[in-house]
Amino acid sequence: MSNENLELKKRQILSSQVDLSKFNSKNFEKATDEEKAQQEVMGESTTFFKDGMRRLKKNPLAMGSIVVLALIIAIIIIAPIFVPYSYSDMITVNGVRDKSASNLGMFEYSNAEMKYMESTGESLFPHIFGTDSLGRDYFIRVIYGTRVSLSVGIVAAIMVLIIGLIYGSVSGYFGGKVDMIMMRIVDIIYSLPDMLIIILLSVVLKEVLASKIKGTALAALGPNMISMFFVFGLLYWVTMARLIRGQILTIKNSEYVLAARCIGTKDGRILRRHILPNCLSVIIITTALQVPSAIFTESYLSFLGLGVSAPLTSLGSLANDARGAMQSYPSRLVIPAVIICLIVLALNLLGDGLRDAFDSKLN
Amino acid sequence: MSEKETKNLLEVSHLKQYFPVSQGLHKVPLKAVDDISFAIRPGETLGLVGESGCGKTTVGRTLLRLYEPTAGKITFDGEVLFDSGEQYDENDKLIVDATGRPIYGKKVNKDMLPYRKEMQMVFQDPYSSLNPRMTVEDIIGEPLDVHKLYSSKAERRDKILSLMELVGLNAEHAMRYAHEFSGGQRQRIGIARALAVDPKFIVCDEAVSALDVSIQAQVVNMFEELQEKLGVAYLFIAHDLLVVHHISDRIAVMYLGRMMEIADADELNNNPMHPYTLSLLSAVPIPDPETARKSSRIVLEGDVPSPLHMPSGCPFRTRCKYATEQCAMEMPQLKDRGNGHFVACHNK
Ligand SMILES: Nc1ncnc2c1ncn2[C@@H]1O[C@H](COP(=O)(O)OP(=O)(O)O)[C@@H](O)[C@H]1O
Ligand code: SF4
Ligand SMILES: [Mg+2]
Repeated sequence: MSNENLELKKRQILSSQVDLSKFNSKNFEKATDEEKAQQEVMGESTTFFKDGMRRLKKNPLAMGSIVVLALIIAIIIIAPIFVPYSYSDMITVNGVRDKSASNLGMFEYSNAEMKYMESTGESLFPHIFGTDSLGRDYFIRVIYGTRVSLSVGIVAAIMVLIIGLIYGSVSGYFGGKVDMIMMRIVDIIYSLPDMLIIILLSVVLKEVLASKIKGTALAALGPNMISMFFVFGLLYWVTMARLIRGQILTIKNSEYVLAARCIGTKDGRILRRHILPNCLSVIIITTALQVPSAIFTESYLSFLGLGVSAPLTSLGSLANDARGAMQSYPSRLVIPAVIICLIVLALNLLGDGLRDAFDSKLN
Repeated sequence: MSEKETKNLLEVSHLKQYFPVSQGLHKVPLKAVDDISFAIRPGETLGLVGESGCGKTTVGRTLLRLYEPTAGKITFDGEVLFDSGEQYDENDKLIVDATGRPIYGKKVNKDMLPYRKEMQMVFQDPYSSLNPRMTVEDIIGEPLDVHKLYSSKAERRDKILSLMELVGLNAEHAMRYAHEFSGGQRQRIGIARALAVDPKFIVCDEAVSALDVSIQAQVVNMFEELQEKLGVAYLFIAHDLLVVHHISDRIAVMYLGRMMEIADADELNNNPMHPYTLSLLSAVPIPDPETARKSSRIVLEGDVPSPLHMPSGCPFRTRCKYATEQCAMEMPQLKDRGNGHFVACHNK
């Protein structure tokens, strides 16, 4: 066989599946150095975190939300230092309870306060949001209410995170029958009408807990608050558990985990080095989104009178208290409502922003 | 130990991998790999070709024990790593008792950890096979960590940098994340990871298929250079015969989980015997019209049957123009046609 024929023979075996007749010699011209360079272009060197932050910074809604939240948090931390009123007690003038101080409008002073200021020449701190029907400074009550609501949101989110993370990881990592049983339990909890259960549980737990916590540090929170945490812990972790399980399942079957197993990496290290870091963004985002949902539920329950015990307050119970005098003093309802909206909206927008910036599937 | 056993680096015999898949309420076995045998000598490249879905990846992963084999025997460097215990006589017939059930011999299921240093894999997809949250240094360093192949941080780093150099990566990029690299570069990272443990054998699962044509050639050449330098043996999986013929010493052809033909690369090229191999070859357009007219082209008709509904007898018979009655009744076994050329066909 001549050399040429051999060439041809060899070429026949070439590509079996690509239909070469669709191409001509132009398609197979050697790449120029320039083209090769394009192929090998490197992305900018950034870490995953920096990369995400850069994207987050470009999102005006998320950045606006951060500013709003930072402002709210700064105010609720700093304001009680400057405001000389207490959230729980009626305003006093010169050590005497000021009976005329109830139901003041924004920046109004009561008669007793006016007299006091005139006689001493001293100026009293203004009632920025006025006072409530019991003569308590409303601004400081809103501040404390916001503190309570935010803390409830954050504590609930952390509880949900811990329970959901453990449950979801176990279910996803072990898979098989374990996974099936664990997920059916989740399905059952998921299918319960949560608001109804929350209300029923709150009522029942309130009775049971009231006697148990008497005299302990928990008493300040009140049985309602504690039963609310119970409810969050019992019901709200399911979404988190499902999400984490789903993530772990996909990552567990990914090629880089297979590659790690091929190297001989042990289970523990695979979980630590490969699976969890890749779930992290989803975990953070879901936790961030859990906060507003818990705040909303807390407000809702407080509004129904199942929230924190007086004199402690939350945004929801403030709104509830204001209901009676809604016609005459609408601002007392509007203020906590607006703050709830601001916080929930800002946290949701921030959570969405985080998702857009850090979720690798969208990159 | 017989001479043959000492000569082969890897021996796979009667390997089966059945995946249980749900069909309605019950599970049926999907025979992704069914009774496959082959051997690879040290420093040799065995090409494995076949249409997509015929079980090439499963062969590679099963022999590395990433999937637990359903049955079969895997021997590496004279050590039996896995043996499901079925025994075969000289004619390769399963030894059974009176009731037709196989008589089991010794079962073996070795811990793979020490062998992970000897057998490695390069994955098809350079994107999904690298952890997006790890730097190149950590990806290449992980096998070093797992097998404790260094005594100091500095030594680890040196090893990683020399591996990067070996596969043609810029050592300055060690701290970067995989997503910052192009496909070709990522595949080099995957190769460096496989080479980190200094293996004797690497499964290259369509290691170049996902790459651009111009880059494919670079990476294939790199595989060849590495083989010359390090003496590593490859199971080179591809669906592209060009690439396989270029790099392989021998080529195996698979169809629907079965081995159809296995021969030296040039022998298979010059003297293909199995109807399936013939049709694979003649699917390639012939540039010269003179030769084209002379050659009897076989065009593949119909689709690959689903592995859940395998034809009886020869799996290729639904698309084979030489099929006879015998083909539907009896599974053809791989038979030696001389020259180390094995073919599984009744009529060819
Ligand atoms: N983990 C799995 N579970 C069930 N079926 C699988 C699994 N992996 C592969 N298969 C099936 O086995 C067959 C062979 O797949 P594969 O080995 O990936 O083929 P190839 O690599 O040749 O394209 C396919 O039909 C595929 O659907
Ligand atoms: S055994 Fe029969 S059906 Fe199978 S390839 Fe040979 S001729 Fe065709
Ligand atoms: Mg494959």
